[in-house]
Amino acid sequence: MTRPYPSPADTDPAPAGVARLLSASLERPADLAAHLAWFGPLPSVEQGSPTLTEVVDRSGLRGRGGAGFPTGRKLAAVAAAADSAGCRPVVVANGCEGEPVSSKDHLLLEVAPHLVLDGAAAVATALGADEVVFCMHRGDPTIPWLRAATAERTAERITPRLVEVPPRYVASEESALVNFIDNGVGRPTTKPPRPYERGVHGRPTLIANVETLAHLALIARFGAEWFRAMGTADSPGTALVTVGGAVHYPGVLEVELGAPLGALLDLAGGLAEPAQALLVGGIGGGWLPIDRAVGVRLDHADLRAAGASLGVASVLAMPATACGVTETARIASYLAGESARQCGPCMFGLPAVAADLWALIYAVGDLPGVMQRLNRRLGLLPGRGACGHPDGFTRFVRGALDTFGDDFRDHCHGRPCRWAGQSWLPVPTAGDPTPAGWR
Amino acid sequence: MTGRRLRVDPIACAAHGICAELLPELIDLDEWGYPLLSTHAVPRRLTAEAERAVAGCPTLALHLERTAAR
Amino acid sequence: MIGHALWYSSRATGLVSLLLLTGTVVLGALNTGRFSSRGWPRFAVAAIHRNLSLISVAFLAVHVTTAVIDPYAGIGWLDVIVPFGSVYRPFWLGLGAVAGDLFIAVLATSLVRLRIGVRAWRVVHWAGYACWPIAVLHGLGTAATTDRHSGWFLALDLSCVAAVTVATGWRVIAVHPDTQARKGKQVAP
Repeated sequence: MTRPYPSPADTDPAPAGVARLLSASLERPADLAAHLAWFGPLPSVEQGSPTLTEVVDRSGLRGRGGAGFPTGRKLAAVAAAADSAGCRPVVVANGCEGEPVSSKDHLLLEVAPHLVLDGAAAVATALGADEVVFCMHRGDPTIPWLRAATAERTAERITPRLVEVPPRYVASEESALVNFIDNGVGRPTTKPPRPYERGVHGRPTLIANVETLAHLALIARFGAEWFRAMGTADSPGTALVTVGGAVHYPGVLEVELGAPLGALLDLAGGLAEPAQALLVGGIGGGWLPIDRAVGVRLDHADLRAAGASLGVASVLAMPATACGVTETARIASYLAGESARQCGPCMFGLPAVAADLWALIYAVGDLPGVMQRLNRRLGLLPGRGACGHPDGFTRFVRGALDTFGDDFRDHCHGRPCRWAGQSWLPVPTAGDPTPAGWR
Repeated sequence: MTGRRLRVDPIACAAHGICAELLPELIDLDEWGYPLLSTHAVPRRLTAEAERAVAGCPTLALHLERTAAR
Repeated sequence: MIGHALWYSSRATGLVSLLLLTGTVVLGALNTGRFSSRGWPRFAVAAIHRNLSLISVAFLAVHVTTAVIDPYAGIGWLDVIVPFGSVYRPFWLGLGAVAGDLFIAVLATSLVRLRIGVRAWRVVHWAGYACWPIAVLHGLGTAATTDRHSGWFLALDLSCVAAVTVATGWRVIAVHPDTQARKGKQVAP
């Protein structure tokens, strides 16, 4: 069936504006023919050649899964590890989107799955991999779209296989994915070795976020210079950002990296009510007070300097009629409940800090003492788990203590705000705490 | 200057606390009973005690590793 | 005379071995249950458990050697490790060989624990729980008729059984927060 779609200019098919990944999303699902007509074919990648890795390295593409690690360096590391181990690496595409406030990967897989599949195929060929695995949360509604897109690609050298992972917060961590693929347990493992050295089946494994792979598919077509034409020197290109909370038109936008957070709010129709803070980077990121936040640029370096992090790109506007201490406590309880319960400081420390936060809200006990204990406990968490969960938790709570400092002080002195105890953010409930919860 | 450093596998560690009893100079326990390791290299005079602590861990979670030359 | 001396030595060292083995098992159970007190820190319970097991080996060696050398019962060296083939009370003596084999396995794996890793070591170490009751039965079954009817002999055996029962019972009940938390039981902050 022919569908009407505008074709890109014959002279230059490379997307010229901010809309790159989403430039062709006119209908859902995007079938293979429409995809190829819009973006052009994926250039052939020479098996095992370092060319693609070099181009990606020059492009400065950074992972879009939360860590923001330079993708070129990751590809080179996997290639080198596979070389010295004398075996073929494995490619894992992470489409789980474990960050509860983010929906960008879901949108991408719905409207442009072929870009993601292109990226996975290109990387697999460049690294000489013989296996491609797509990881999605069990029961994810996007899975049928992914399966349909995969089925269309009959000429693919490696048919990706889909692995459905338990829908838990840490189950989509790199080593947890490897653990689930190999052993059916979606829990992180002790590092070293990292997956790029020893991953699936003990082989060097590249684990990349689906959005990263989609950008890679465009870089393979249009080059590193084209990619760098947008964004900043530290964080080049565009990114999919979930914008939500107290804005008029919450949703997923593709924006140029380096745009000020205030501009993102404007793109989402502006604030629907007065806001006090922004949650940047999801619950794996952190809070920023609104007046400071609107000027901060969506860029790895800028956000780190501002005391936050890009994380899984998302911006949520918190209304003034919500309690920062309560929201922090609710998210802390969720993060504590999602601990894989393998490491002492995480399985005991996170619930302890969460309990301290609730004690502050409900004014239980010697509050300055609770505050002191909370701070002391936060110091005991970073770097003492097998994965970054306690570190992310600590960054999140410390950011909250900073952003909502006045609120915390008021709660400490027995003067909680009007909205204390009320819920604003739709925080999910933590899952099954027993070992079966990660199978 | 190479040295040897203590490292604990956080998944294997089950808060037995024997390491802290055998090597109190370098290992402390947090309020939940899990080890807080000194980040400094293990001094030569404590190497034997460190090896005893490694062998004494019921879950073999404690490791003594060579660090890279600086 | 020498014959009697050997036989008496074997019986005596056998009994002492059982007492030492009982002590080993009791401390082992206490260690797993994470028992500690001011006078008995964790490392001490673990170390004395280990030392008692090594002293047991010494007494076990004498017990076994004297039994084999003594011509009275016609026990051969093979009967020490291969059970149920002896001329003398094959079943009850055989139990001793079984217990001895299990003990050797536990000991050997413990000596190379750093090399074989915790999982392999633990599986074999559980065999220790089987080793002890088999040793008790071996003692009762091979005991001389006079011993079996003597009060102090029975009292010693009963104390051993009582000690291991209490220690094992305590170990089953004693639960550490780490174990609970890993199973997903709610953690009290």
